[in-house]
Amino acid sequence: MGLSVARLWGSPGLLLTVALYLALTLHPVQASTPPHRDYCVLGAGPAGLQMAYFLQRAGRDYTVFERAPGPGSFFTRYPRHRKLISINKRYTGRANSEFNLRHDWNSLLSHDPRLLFRHYSPAYFPDASDMVRYLGDFAARLGLHVLYNTTIAHVTLSKDRQAWNGHYFILTDQKGQAYQCSVLLVATGLSVPNLVDFPGSEYAEGYESVSVDPKDFVGQNVLILGRGNSAFETAENILGVTNFIHMLSRSRVRLSWATHYVGDLRAINNGLLDTYQLKSLDGLLESDLTDLAIVKDHEGKFHITLKFYWEEGNQRADAITLPQDDSDNFAMRVAYDRVIRCLGWNFDFSIFNKSLKLSSVGEFSKKYPLVRGSYESKGSRGLFVLGTASHSVDYRKSAGGFIHGFRYTVRAVHRLLEHRHHRVAWPSTEHPITQLTSSILRRVNEASGLYQMFSVLADVVLVKENATAFEYLEEFPTQVLAQLETITGRQARHGLFVINMEYGRNFSGPDKDVFFYDRSVGHTEDAWQSNFLHPVIYYYRHLPTEQDVRFRPADWPLPRPTAIHHIVEDFLTDWTAPVGHILPLRRFLENCLDTDLRSFYAESCFLFALTRQKLPPFCQQGYLRMQGLVGTESLRQHRVESGALQDHAAADRHREDSGQWPGYHGPVGHPQAPGPLVQPLHSNKEEL
Amino acid sequence: MMSSSFNIFRVGISFVMVCIFYKSSVDTLPELSPQKYFSTLQSGKASLAYFCQADSPSTSIFLEELNKAVKPLQDYGISVAKVNCVKEEASRYCGKEKDLMKAYLFRGNILLREFPTDTLFDVNAIIAHVLFALLFNEVKYVTTLERLQNIEDTLKGKANIAFAYVRAIGTPEHRAVMEAAFVYGTTYQFVLTTEIALLGSIGTEDIEYAHLYFFHCKPVLDLTQQCRRTLMEQPLTTLNIYRFIKSMEAPLLTEVAEDPQQVSTVHLQLGLPLVFIVSQQATYEADRRTAEWIGWRLLGKAGVLLLLRDSLEVDIPQQANVVFKREEGMPVEYLVLHDIDLVISHVEKNMYTEEVREDEDDDIEGPDTDTLGIQDDEVAETVYRDRKRQLPLELTVELTEETFNATVTASDSIVLFYAGWQAVSMAFLQSYIDLAIKLKGTSTMLLARINCADWSDVCTKQNVTEFPVVKMYKEGENPVSYAGMLGTEDLLRFIQLRISCPVNITSVQEAEEYLSGELYKDLISYSSVSVLGLFSPTMTTAKEDFTEAGKYLKGCVITGIYSEEDVSILSNKYTATLPALLLARHKEDKVESLPLANTHAQDIVQIITNSLLETFPEITVENLPTYLRLQKPLLVLFSDGSINPQYKKAMLTLIKEKHLDSLTPCWLNLKTTPVGRGVLQMYFDVLPPLPLLVVVNLHSGGQVFAFPSDQTVTEQNLLLWLKKVEAGLESPITILPAQEWKPPLPAYNFLHMMDAAASQHSSRKSPECVKETDVQENDKEQHEDKSAIKKEPTETLRIKHWNRRFLGQLITGRVSTLIGSPNQTFTM
Repeated sequence: MGLSVARLWGSPGLLLTVALYLALTLHPVQASTPPHRDYCVLGAGPAGLQMAYFLQRAGRDYTVFERAPGPGSFFTRYPRHRKLISINKRYTGRANSEFNLRHDWNSLLSHDPRLLFRHYSPAYFPDASDMVRYLGDFAARLGLHVLYNTTIAHVTLSKDRQAWNGHYFILTDQKGQAYQCSVLLVATGLSVPNLVDFPGSEYAEGYESVSVDPKDFVGQNVLILGRGNSAFETAENILGVTNFIHMLSRSRVRLSWATHYVGDLRAINNGLLDTYQLKSLDGLLESDLTDLAIVKDHEGKFHITLKFYWEEGNQRADAITLPQDDSDNFAMRVAYDRVIRCLGWNFDFSIFNKSLKLSSVGEFSKKYPLVRGSYESKGSRGLFVLGTASHSVDYRKSAGGFIHGFRYTVRAVHRLLEHRHHRVAWPSTEHPITQLTSSILRRVNEASGLYQMFSVLADVVLVKENATAFEYLEEFPTQVLAQLETITGRQARHGLFVINMEYGRNFSGPDKDVFFYDRSVGHTEDAWQSNFLHPVIYYYRHLPTEQDVRFRPADWPLPRPTAIHHIVEDFLTDWTAPVGHILPLRRFLENCLDTDLRSFYAESCFLFALTRQKLPPFCQQGYLRMQGLVGTESLRQHRVESGALQDHAAADRHREDSGQWPGYHGPVGHPQAPGPLVQPLHSNKEEL
Repeated sequence: MMSSSFNIFRVGISFVMVCIFYKSSVDTLPELSPQKYFSTLQSGKASLAYFCQADSPSTSIFLEELNKAVKPLQDYGISVAKVNCVKEEASRYCGKEKDLMKAYLFRGNILLREFPTDTLFDVNAIIAHVLFALLFNEVKYVTTLERLQNIEDTLKGKANIAFAYVRAIGTPEHRAVMEAAFVYGTTYQFVLTTEIALLGSIGTEDIEYAHLYFFHCKPVLDLTQQCRRTLMEQPLTTLNIYRFIKSMEAPLLTEVAEDPQQVSTVHLQLGLPLVFIVSQQATYEADRRTAEWIGWRLLGKAGVLLLLRDSLEVDIPQQANVVFKREEGMPVEYLVLHDIDLVISHVEKNMYTEEVREDEDDDIEGPDTDTLGIQDDEVAETVYRDRKRQLPLELTVELTEETFNATVTASDSIVLFYAGWQAVSMAFLQSYIDLAIKLKGTSTMLLARINCADWSDVCTKQNVTEFPVVKMYKEGENPVSYAGMLGTEDLLRFIQLRISCPVNITSVQEAEEYLSGELYKDLISYSSVSVLGLFSPTMTTAKEDFTEAGKYLKGCVITGIYSEEDVSILSNKYTATLPALLLARHKEDKVESLPLANTHAQDIVQIITNSLLETFPEITVENLPTYLRLQKPLLVLFSDGSINPQYKKAMLTLIKEKHLDSLTPCWLNLKTTPVGRGVLQMYFDVLPPLPLLVVVNLHSGGQVFAFPSDQTVTEQNLLLWLKKVEAGLESPITILPAQEWKPPLPAYNFLHMMDAAASQHSSRKSPECVKETDVQENDKEQHEDKSAIKKEPTETLRIKHWNRRFLGQLITGRVSTLIGSPNQTFTM
């Protein structure tokens, strides 16, 4: 039975009918063996589809379950005012498609260049319906296996020694159909509006249902609870027609350009800040909502009072003390026509059985489920949280809660699974050590994953024995660095480099002035004080242990390394300057590996080959393998001019005496042009 | 003129006593009444007194500065006092009006000089003026060139001169000169000027700053001769002048015959490095002259010594001609520098780094920021220097993501994958363009290039993840990666020899044409050997192996295959047993045959590759690696121009007689391979006349043996010599250094800097260190602080360090000078 079912599932054209058929026919025998999937993905939003894409490309057995009739159902409704605040930058002046993804916040990763979001909208801040269309195309064009109209109502755990993880995940849909999954990938996003419980909270309209027609707000006094993007987006929409808008939240507003966190208030939504600071009646207030109460008067207007008053009063609206009774200049003494709640979203824990031990991050925060740095649930092995719901890993730090960030973390999870269950080691390329500087430079200059998921995903260079070669691994989650060998299947015996991107340590924050004078650093020796996002390379002689990672210094994304290098911040994020960027990087790598990583022309290698017993790596790996760099005449001329090459041909002409000092012609004249300060041969400090 | 003389020995003693006396008591200005003051004056002892009205304000800028001068003047045995003019005790020194108060300098109770207070504007001026007055005779003030010339002339053969220019009297530089004169005024004639014109006339261009010259007049015996001059290059400070004069006193050149590691001279104590010029008996005279010349050039910057190699007990590297010792206790550096300027610049460079190190060695084990930023990668440097030159890039087709596949499938193409920011691939791009110029209009092969910095996806898809890479795309074949030298010539050969290998030869006649070079006439210049595999039609495995080898060797040699029924005609003619390999050497016009039975593809490749090697090749930059692969010692004949036929004959005979089988005999033409001169310079201290025959044991031991230049190159002599070399009876002329290639320079230690900043930060936060008012500012100025954190401690540390290291010496130096010359006198 199970076998035939699996075969039928393989053909997506029959999916719907098959699902119906299964639902009908399997019901009686469900208890014995529900249909099996190696991978079950919950939710066909961006993260679910992204994972489906990787599973599909790897030829894995998977299904995506989606309750709506199409993908990206969140975007069919939200944001309410339809404008996405994720940047759709279509022009960068660069041809490099990987680089361009750094400025494309909406596309998912795929091999199909047609599936880039810039083909779907010309708007810099695109409309949400374009996202729905994009996701639909993504699923359809790539032929992803999505089971629509299937609401998974319940997830439980069933122990089984045969299972990959010692248990199966049993998913039950709205019709009672069960599915057995080896690995569960939860990409359900945050779907439950966050409610704060306080007296009168029932009078507040929710962001999810409030009218978006400004006409409904004409001449009204409006109070908005919350200070995130949805609150400001709502305010922005009605700013012009209300009497005034007051915005109430627990803590001060966090501006994303000050915090470098894309989830904080974006400049595109901050019109109310402008009008508040320019004395246009609108205003921002800070107070903890749980201390307040809303009282409705006989006219249907809302008054703000303290919970304390409300509790001691007899709960009849007119009888409750208002703050202004005591203190007649209380800020919120006016009556409001409307109260709108825009307090964000929480993860839906309700469908997960207790046996899964899927808990929330904190006792008070139900926003995110608790996961490890590898996005695997701490409660049950084989359960991974993807997408927005996985943002607890880098909440308020990086972009893991957003498409342009989680498309990379999803790929990292997929790579982990490929190794764990299919013995496919983490993809890597191996190069001779002479390519090390180039390999790092290439990535820091184009890699989007490093750029978006700064300090969360980092590239890793595994040095081979004797430092003659290295392996390059891309976008590894930094928090599980200690488990690198088991996760990737690669060896880190001879030291490693971690290539990360970071903002300056004390640069960003809600109360920081990020425009202070002298904020940028130009000199290579001050690179460690760089403030803007810049590459930082950590060198570890040994793979850090879990202890090292856990007890790393505060504010460090990684444990303390043996040595560290900052490539100085660059206004153009173009780290290819020969002396400003490349040279210091090379010196750092050389000193970590205790070798000489300079490149040489064949002629220099020839000289070394005949005058030294050992050759620098570049000559060993190039010239000695008959792949020396010959160079042209004009470059040779530059070598002579720069003093790197002693002009033997020219020296010949001056060589009258064969004495020890060819340049010596008495105190007066030195016919030989003042040549190299030190010949390259000797610049290597000799200790004989 | 009044004059008093006294024994300076006593001054020395009294100076020491004064020091002891004052040490615990006062550094502050004593206030005395006139009567009291005059009663304290000791005969022969100098004293500076400021007379002021009793009711004048107790503080003024002048008094503050005078207070500061108390201690330094005491060091010179001069007491200082403030005398309060009270009405009852009117003194003639007490001015009549408040504004006209003056300071007076006495020796004993004799007035030497009076100073209006405005000339003593600060502590430097006070000390400078007082010493200037006291050392009136030791320091001659001149305003004209004639006067200077006069002094110079009178001192020739007698004493040296320290000549200083300062912008004005009373400046810190003036004080420094006067302090030096106090110490050295009896040994050297000090001459001072404030006339810029005077300085200009002795040939100094940069006259903005104070200068000090040392005139070496003592050795000058001929009065018409000028005194040699040495300019002090450091700023005029007491310490620098002290170091400078000390180094002038040191001998110009010292001969030593001991381990440089053990040698120490006054220079090291002064913080100056030592330069040893290695000499040997044969060249002693010339070396000594060289060393003296270097000695003059480095006077005041380093100590120069002549190291006699022959009488040396320790071993120093054979080829080293300069030994550099930077600091006491530090390992010496052995250098090979073939130019005096190189020696000078090496010293100057290292002096500089030494100073930078000094100020950082307690703080940050710091790289010298200036040298770290200097490009020492020759490829990067040359490409950078060439960046503005326009290359005729249009001669090659630039590919993009859109055009790549269409282009490489439409025609046979060569594609260069490069990255615009990578120096090596940009250097190679130039060769590639040169190739395009060469092939312009003649080749059917399309030359294309793709910049992987722009089209990284395309490159990754073509499996290119390092740069540069060249691939050849031909219809119906897998792309072939080029694996030869990254230069125009080799790439050209690769392109020309791109014909499908092995070529299928179909008739005996065609085979003969192939072997004679007729068939591929135009390719013979690229491949000096044509290879033909002979197989009977049934030998399928052997054919497969050969075909595989042929494919592998594509682009470096032409291979052909013949396996028709009549193959025996060829095998008989060339006396080969099938399967066989025929090697046609076009240069020598001969065909060899080799059996191929049971030979795998890899071995066939090896056989063919080895057959390409010549028995007595001219070694070049391009072909050296091929011969190094043989792992045998090289027997190289260095020749200036084409090879001497007699030598060649001798070598070829020995090769033929198999005497040289354990070696790789070759010759090097210095005209075509000029870098060979660099090799010779490393081998020989003194280059004997060319041609030179050398055995280089590169792979074990690195010994270099030279055939004695006094012997003629005959077969017998050569053979005898080689036998002796082999038996270990010859001593090597040099041993090639075996050290590893270490990082050429240190890197920035950012971790250290971050730690320093962090600890600075936390210590600033601790309440003991910060005043309350500062705390708020700290937070505000956090970012500015960062840069300050870095510099402040460095400054203070430097001063501390120098104080510790040199000022002690300065003081002991002065005392010993004073004590050591008891007969000198101050003359007033």
